[in-house]
Amino acid sequence: MTIKIGVPSKGRLMEKTFDWFAERGVTLSRTGSDREYAGKVEGIDGVELVLLSAGEIPRELAAGRIHLGVTGQDLIREKLSQWEQRVEELAELGFGQADLIIAVPQVWVDVDTLDDLDAVAAAFRAKHGFRLRIATKYHRLVREYLQLHGVADYQLVDSQGATEGTIKNLTAEAVADITSSGETLRANHLKILSDALVLRSQATLFRARGIKLSSEERDIREALLRQLKLRG
Amino acid sequence: MIDRSAPRKLAAELRSRFEALGAVPVEPPFLLPADTLLDLYGEDIRGRAYVTYDPARGEMFMRPDFTVPVVQMHMAQGAEPARYTYAGEVFRRQEENPERANEYLQVGYEIFDRTNPVAAEAEVFGRIAEVLKPMGLRAVMGDIGLLHAAVQGLETTDKRKAALLRHIWHPRRFRALLDRFAGRVPLSAARKALLAQADPMANAGPLIGLRSEGEIRDRLAALKADAEAAPISAHQVELIEALLAVRETAPFALEQLRDLAVDMPSISKAVERLSDRIDALKALGIDVDTLEFEANYGRTSMEYYDGFVFGFVAADRPDLPPVATGGRYDALTAQLGQGSAIPAVGGVIRPGLVLDLGGLS
Repeated sequence: MTIKIGVPSKGRLMEKTFDWFAERGVTLSRTGSDREYAGKVEGIDGVELVLLSAGEIPRELAAGRIHLGVTGQDLIREKLSQWEQRVEELAELGFGQADLIIAVPQVWVDVDTLDDLDAVAAAFRAKHGFRLRIATKYHRLVREYLQLHGVADYQLVDSQGATEGTIKNLTAEAVADITSSGETLRANHLKILSDALVLRSQATLFRARGIKLSSEERDIREALLRQLKLRG
Repeated sequence: MIDRSAPRKLAAELRSRFEALGAVPVEPPFLLPADTLLDLYGEDIRGRAYVTYDPARGEMFMRPDFTVPVVQMHMAQGAEPARYTYAGEVFRRQEENPERANEYLQVGYEIFDRTNPVAAEAEVFGRIAEVLKPMGLRAVMGDIGLLHAAVQGLETTDKRKAALLRHIWHPRRFRALLDRFAGRVPLSAARKALLAQADPMANAGPLIGLRSEGEIRDRLAALKADAEAAPISAHQVELIEALLAVRETAPFALEQLRDLAVDMPSISKAVERLSDRIDALKALGIDVDTLEFEANYGRTSMEYYDGFVFGFVAADRPDLPPVATGGRYDALTAQLGQGSAIPAVGGVIRPGLVLDLGGLS
């Protein structure tokens, strides 16, 4: 009988998550060698630590293989349809801030808003014979956002990394990507559309809905949430 | 597992009925080339249809409806005039409504005919109404042609009209454009400053990407011209709003639209066409006094319809999608026709929903 909590398995996201729990009296740590993804939990009984890639945590929560999980709101919304029905946001953890934005070349002085992007997409398609390309890895979020705002004549092209470089490489005309400071965008001569914040995201503790818990498991979870000061 | 034998049997019966009325049965493929659908609907279609892939053919969509393949078939080899019927599965992603079917049967009836568009519209509506008569459904119609005509009649630049027409099916952006062209939203400070510069591109940074300096300068010139153009008058915007708000039974809607046409003569022809259509429906025995008209109907979910649109819904089941839908799609035949076009109108019935609601007897 344990409650499983999924936490990002490496990097700053893992360290900051460990710090956040430690401040609340729950010590999470990796055990064994650096390469082995095993962990332990001290300060509370019955809680098991599962170290996972941040990108896999939404799926594991939705499948009910972990009860709680720390990951970005962007990943939850991108990977889970109807995410509100599958997970509950328990707490924003105050780090891992990232905004999903749409950016275009700085030299596009005529483009400042989504309205401009839409107009340029129409002209671009008429001139070049194909839809204006937006490089991203957040296909669903960006598509839903642009659909909601009635932007037409664009296409999404997949870019899993170095997205800012796609425009210079002529494989896209615009990008939709996560940024925290905007420095990489500026270095690549890009600017952010002033009214196109697709999503504001940070690391967040989620609870999987729809897992049947025994009363013992429920007690453990509630004790953990009380200790984390998320329950009165 | 859901057993599909009952809806399949009903679908076959309905297709036979349409065949007996003179429609030629057709069997389009399940897998459709992605390019055609993406060109028509843009990226939005990916949220509504299933896409599959193989290395030789690239992306293919699982048929999200029959209209596109039937139009392609007709434009490639069809003789005129033509009536077609079909029965088969369509596949729809349901990300927002997972309780809705993602695979279901449709039975269709489509007419390609140049001679009498109003008669063809009444015929499609009438055939479907006749089939569904035992169910006592609520029938709704609209007409995208009215809004189209109203936009074309606006006293403003052709560029603004083109921008509005491009977004007839995106009510939110249509609204934003109309507000901007009417001067309801002031020009942003950033835009004013940009247009005031002698050469806005002087300090613009390096030119990167496929969009050229010429294209940017063309748009700057267009922005300048637009900023100098007179706003669309408040009166004309109110008329468009009044048109979109018409929601009445057919005879009363017609009266309201005729009143509007006094101030908006550009819609007169479309209003008279609606009047002819109502007469043609009456002649077929349709009770037009209970038939509802909504000017906004079909603006969000029926992107290829560009004139008459209709739907049959169960009044006491707002949770269910329409049991039947249809409309006119002349522009689609032009887009898929590679130079040729033909007036076309059609509709589909969902046999699965018919049975869920108690069937036809």
